Amino acid sequence: MNIGKQIILHIAVIALLAALDYVLPAYHQGVFSRIMVLAVFAMGYNLLFGYTGLLSLGHAMFFAAGLYGAGLTVYHLGWALPLAFVAGVGCAAVLALAIGLLALRTTGVAFMIVTMMFAQVLYLATLYFGQWTRGDEGIVLPQPTRLVEFAGLHFDFSNPVTRYYAALVLFAAVLLITLGIVRSRFGRVLIAIRENEDRTRMLGYNVFANKLAAVVISGAISGASGAAYALLFGYVGSTFASVQYSILPLLWVLLGGASTTLGPLLGTVLMYYLVDFSSDVLARAVPDWNFSYLGVVGIALIVLVLFFPKGIFGTIRAHWARWLP
Amino acid sequence: MKPLLIARNLSRNFGGLKAVDMVDFSVNPGEVRAVIGPNGAGKTTLVSLLCGRIEPSSGVIGFNGEDITRVPAHIRVRMGIAYTFQITSIFPNLTVYDNVALAAQRTLTDGRSRKALDASVRDAMLHVGLTERASTPAAALSYGHQRLLEIAMGLALHPRLLILDEPTQGLSDGEIKDFIKLVRDIRKETTVLLIEHNMDVVMRLADRITVMENGRILAEGAPRSIRANAKVQQAYLGTADG
Repeated sequence: MNIGKQIILHIAVIALLAALDYVLPAYHQGVFSRIMVLAVFAMGYNLLFGYTGLLSLGHAMFFAAGLYGAGLTVYHLGWALPLAFVAGVGCAAVLALAIGLLALRTTGVAFMIVTMMFAQVLYLATLYFGQWTRGDEGIVLPQPTRLVEFAGLHFDFSNPVTRYYAALVLFAAVLLITLGIVRSRFGRVLIAIRENEDRTRMLGYNVFANKLAAVVISGAISGASGAAYALLFGYVGSTFASVQYSILPLLWVLLGGASTTLGPLLGTVLMYYLVDFSSDVLARAVPDWNFSYLGVVGIALIVLVLFFPKGIFGTIRAHWARWLP
Repeated sequence: MKPLLIARNLSRNFGGLKAVDMVDFSVNPGEVRAVIGPNGAGKTTLVSLLCGRIEPSSGVIGFNGEDITRVPAHIRVRMGIAYTFQITSIFPNLTVYDNVALAAQRTLTDGRSRKALDASVRDAMLHVGLTERASTPAAALSYGHQRLLEIAMGLALHPRLLILDEPTQGLSDGEIKDFIKLVRDIRKETTVLLIEHNMDVVMRLADRITVMENGRILAEGAPRSIRANAKVQQAYLGTADG
């Protein structure tokens, strides 16, 4: 059955990531820790965009809510890391509930604009409350706050190996949760809403409530990514609330394949390295152009939408492996 | 007999257009009711008001003894009003089975087993004769089969009132014959409200016919009396359908 193949594939991906830790050089180990955390963000985004068909242009606010919810409670209140993580996720979930109640009154382009505007409000708020957030400059979490004692074991999240496995644990948990959701009846209703909202309503489903649940879960997952980012990499700054962090998850998901469970990871990996390489190459080739990586992002987005709308896993599913979730 | 569905002074305006204008309408349990009328008479607007897809400008609607005027559409579906769309409205990327399962699963959500869902889906597919195409994507079905899939989805909701909006539109003669048989089968379990242009289908299926014109009810009665009604002949039968 498909479910067997699906579970084996997902476990294999997780195992592969675990094994990578042993072979990757230090730099790429750090990159992959970051990618796994950001892929969680992409998976959260995918649940709403890919599966439910709601295009948000404001997901940076949920990532930032997690980032600040976790970072500020550690920095100002001295909370322990697990508690701070929960605070981050909680902030994002509550924010998502409030935003969902308002933004879901709109559809289509209006939904994009409304979510984008709310995200801008949060971004500006992080600058406005600079005395706590230190705005653009941001906060570096001091090393002693990044230690955790759990069941008699000590974890130091400034240690690269600990960080890698912490990122992997979060990634694996969210990947399996996503797989569970999209295979569940709830997941099928989300897909049904994406495919034909009016019909879904006339089958007796409360479309608004289902969409709201999708926004909250998507927001909470994005928040978990933000919280983990703050705690693992020890930095909290308003860049992460800016509009580019709303565009990036869209790009990652499109590249890897919208409404595929593994697409977000692949998209994040490829885009991260593309930006990484191209910045170097461009800086060397045309040093006086001062080419921003956002240019690469923009071009990639246009090319994807025009020529490759299903993304990598979407294309694989359409042609070779219909069982991909 | 106490009506299953009842509407009083029901109106709906679109700007200055009175699409449905002070209509009193009721459907008795167990009957097959046809609503006919020329294009633009307000038939689809009327049933859209009844199933809650649009809100009335004024008037009240009752179903099974309850006032449902302000009840949202998805709750009305759960109460037993199923609507099949005039323009085929299915989930093209899902299989036939999954389409029907979406309709069936909601009614079975609370603690019933997968087996009950499966049985319910298979039952609905069997009813309309799509069992062999269970794993075909809905988009790959012929038009006639897509219409049958619509009906299967309606049946899987186990409605007390099944509203069919122009179900035979675009079907071949053979398919229409099968459709008539299907509705005769369905009516054993549920009340049917049918919007239909094909007069042959209407005359063969309906217990009573409601004729609409310009948002109002022009006449109502048994097929025989409608056929003999001079006003109806003038407004409808005498023109478009000959």
